[in-house]
Amino acid sequence: MRWTLWIPLGLFVFFLGLAGYQLTQPKDDQIPSAMVEKALPEFELPAAVETMPGASRADFIGGKPKLLNIWASWCLPCIAEAKQLEVLEGQGVEIIGVAIRDKPEDVAIFLERYGNPYTRIGKDDISSLMLEIGASGVPETYVIDAEGVIRYQHIGDIRLEHIPLLLEELKKAET
Amino acid sequence: MIAEIGLAALWLAAALAALQLFAGVLALRQEQGEDGELARLMRPAAMVQALLATLAFFMLMWCFAITDLSVKLVAANSHSLKPMLFKVTGTWGNHEGSMLLWVAVMALSGGLIGWLEKRLPVRTMQATLATQGFVALGFYAFLLLSSNPFERLPIPAPEGQGLNPLLQDIGLALHPPTLYIGYVGLSVAFSFAIGALLTRNVTPEFARVMRPWVLGAWVFLTLGITAGSYWAYYELGWGGWWFWDPVENASLMPWLAATALLHSTSVLAARDALRTWTIMLGVVAFSMSMLGTFLVRSGVLTSVHAFAVDPERGSFILVLLAIYIGGSLAIFALRAGTVAEGKRFAMSSREGALVFNNVMLSAILGIVLLGTLYPLLTEAFDIRVSVGPPYFNPVSAIFAVPMFLVMAAGPLMRWREDKPARIQLELAIVGAIILGVLVLVAVLGDYSVLAILGLALSAGLAIASFLPLRGRKLSRVPLATWGMVLAHFGVAVSLFGMASESAFTKERLSAVVAGESQQVAGWNITLESVDPIAGPNWTAMEARVLAQRGEGAAAVMIPQARNFWAPAQATSESALLTRWDGQLYAVIGDSAGVDANGNQRWQLRIWWKPFVTFIWYGGLLIAFGGTLAIIGRVSADLKRRRAVLRSTEKRAEVEALKHGELGEPALAKDAHSKAQGEPA
Repeated sequence: MRWTLWIPLGLFVFFLGLAGYQLTQPKDDQIPSAMVEKALPEFELPAAVETMPGASRADFIGGKPKLLNIWASWCLPCIAEAKQLEVLEGQGVEIIGVAIRDKPEDVAIFLERYGNPYTRIGKDDISSLMLEIGASGVPETYVIDAEGVIRYQHIGDIRLEHIPLLLEELKKAET
Repeated sequence: MIAEIGLAALWLAAALAALQLFAGVLALRQEQGEDGELARLMRPAAMVQALLATLAFFMLMWCFAITDLSVKLVAANSHSLKPMLFKVTGTWGNHEGSMLLWVAVMALSGGLIGWLEKRLPVRTMQATLATQGFVALGFYAFLLLSSNPFERLPIPAPEGQGLNPLLQDIGLALHPPTLYIGYVGLSVAFSFAIGALLTRNVTPEFARVMRPWVLGAWVFLTLGITAGSYWAYYELGWGGWWFWDPVENASLMPWLAATALLHSTSVLAARDALRTWTIMLGVVAFSMSMLGTFLVRSGVLTSVHAFAVDPERGSFILVLLAIYIGGSLAIFALRAGTVAEGKRFAMSSREGALVFNNVMLSAILGIVLLGTLYPLLTEAFDIRVSVGPPYFNPVSAIFAVPMFLVMAAGPLMRWREDKPARIQLELAIVGAIILGVLVLVAVLGDYSVLAILGLALSAGLAIASFLPLRGRKLSRVPLATWGMVLAHFGVAVSLFGMASESAFTKERLSAVVAGESQQVAGWNITLESVDPIAGPNWTAMEARVLAQRGEGAAAVMIPQARNFWAPAQATSESALLTRWDGQLYAVIGDSAGVDANGNQRWQLRIWWKPFVTFIWYGGLLIAFGGTLAIIGRVSADLKRRRAVLRSTEKRAEVEALKHGELGEPALAKDAHSKAQGEPA
């Protein structure tokens, strides 16, 4: 018997093991941004609603670390996280929003209905900031320190249990 | 009712597959010469199974055509407002339906060999049909137990969820069925290989029987990949024609294995060499089809093509893979050692060239397999990678370049042993062309190494593919040889298209207002207007773009950015303008604000892709060559058999006359079945 004839079977068994292992692993489809720990890209976005100022990179420089919240009025999880954003605002966190592919009137309705935790809201009609910052969807929230460096990325809506986490990350970003 | 008929037909087909397996196992355990009662049922079982599985598939198609929303699959994947064509094609635009198509094609090919294939020894045929039934049984079980396409909803849905807009395209009507016929057609080669191994009957005769089936599957795979590549090219709107996506790789890998199998089958048929290797490739080719199915449907790899992902399904297919691929490789390891070594040959011979290219094809297959599975491997160590063109292109080229060189010379060489000196004139011509083009292109422009190599090799290969006809009387050249010449020429044509697209493409992305003009590669492109329009289940922004080259008449291109509402998704419908020397490719994007005068600006992306169409023309040529080869081989074989049959009959008549009896019908019939059952 030639042992070389067993090589294909051996390779296949290796594949079976690997695929079997992967199938039993929980699928993690969150894609972390490569921009974490890097400087926030330069941007300057016009106001998403008439009543509030737009957002730019300069708004994050100086003072305390801030949250950058990427959201949209058409996004359902954004409604779910609106309460948590209000809580964070209540704790004295400054949140700058960027509305993705949105209309001013829809933004206004959303803010009226679900509260307005933002100090500024920029309007990103072609998802340009999303692409530059490496966001894979809406909503996402970033901790930006006073130097304008991205310190932490939160993918998906913020739930109650995430609030202490974000507060801690904000605190860490102070140093 | 319709859905229940389909489901019943599917269960019955599964039962017949079980019968086929059972009868085959019994028959093989019996002594040679004994004829079991059950064994006689194998061929009819295969044929009826084919009818039932096809019936089940058409019943599902019917459910889709009338949008029967009480069927879960229809409710989840169709919509009453969809155009009829896309309702029907939606049948296989989802996991369950495409799996049903898969088993229907599998049953059909099993039925076809049961009906038509009478050239092999009885026992090999029994083992083959039993294997075919065994494989089919697993996939029936998968459908019936874990992905029943005919499942009803307790309460009919008020409206369907719609079909992914990317799939609402005529390309979908053709591409998956063609590809599936190719994938599953390879199951025949697999069953033949296992059948031959089990009955220790790896002979040139076996290779001649298997060859048309492999060729057939290979032709469909070629067409399917060609169509799929063109579909991705115009439907995704990214301007590329091959993305090394896991699903594309899943179709390329069986093709590579089938191409290698095709050539090694020819060596086995003509020269009785490469026995073990041919069997190995027969097993690998269909294993690659099954592996591809697993990768696409289990969700272990992320892909644009991935179906709705379900880990339970993944585990089911993995078990099937373990049984079929693992089992066949184990049989191979146990039995292949007992297959007598075939005839020997010198390295510089046609066999030598074919072996070399077989190894190169297998190496490329290994490269693609490794690249496809690599993310799976690294993820086990929590590292995420994405393997793309920077790996696949150069690494596969390492093996493709020598392969193309040998491919140019191989068909010119003689079987068994040959001296390169005999064909030095031909080699010199081809070599000179390759070098000439290489130097010319490298001097004239600044292109990538791969593109330059591709252009040079395609020129050499184009000439070389016709050289085997040199000095022969064209009317006497066998059809199969014409097939080879055309298929090899098709490879050259396709390679030229790929290289030209990669070297000479000109691209321009700009934000323009209506009325504005720009230049791309000698074309004058004017955005005339952008207007909203509405389709049956979508709305779109439609641009009118005028394209004019030199003083020629302007042609209108109409790219659209479509928004479907069921389900909500945006797609871009690119506009293509085909000229003999290339294609102009236009995509309209989002609005990009307003200019200083308050006019709306639009993102317009224009590519000029010289000779890009040759990629697909080449693919069609390859498939056409394969078709010619099938016709040539089958008709030559039939002719040979008729001659053998006639001589046997004659001999029988002579025998009968000698014994003083006139040829009785029974005697002639006996001779007939003898000629069919046992190879001369």
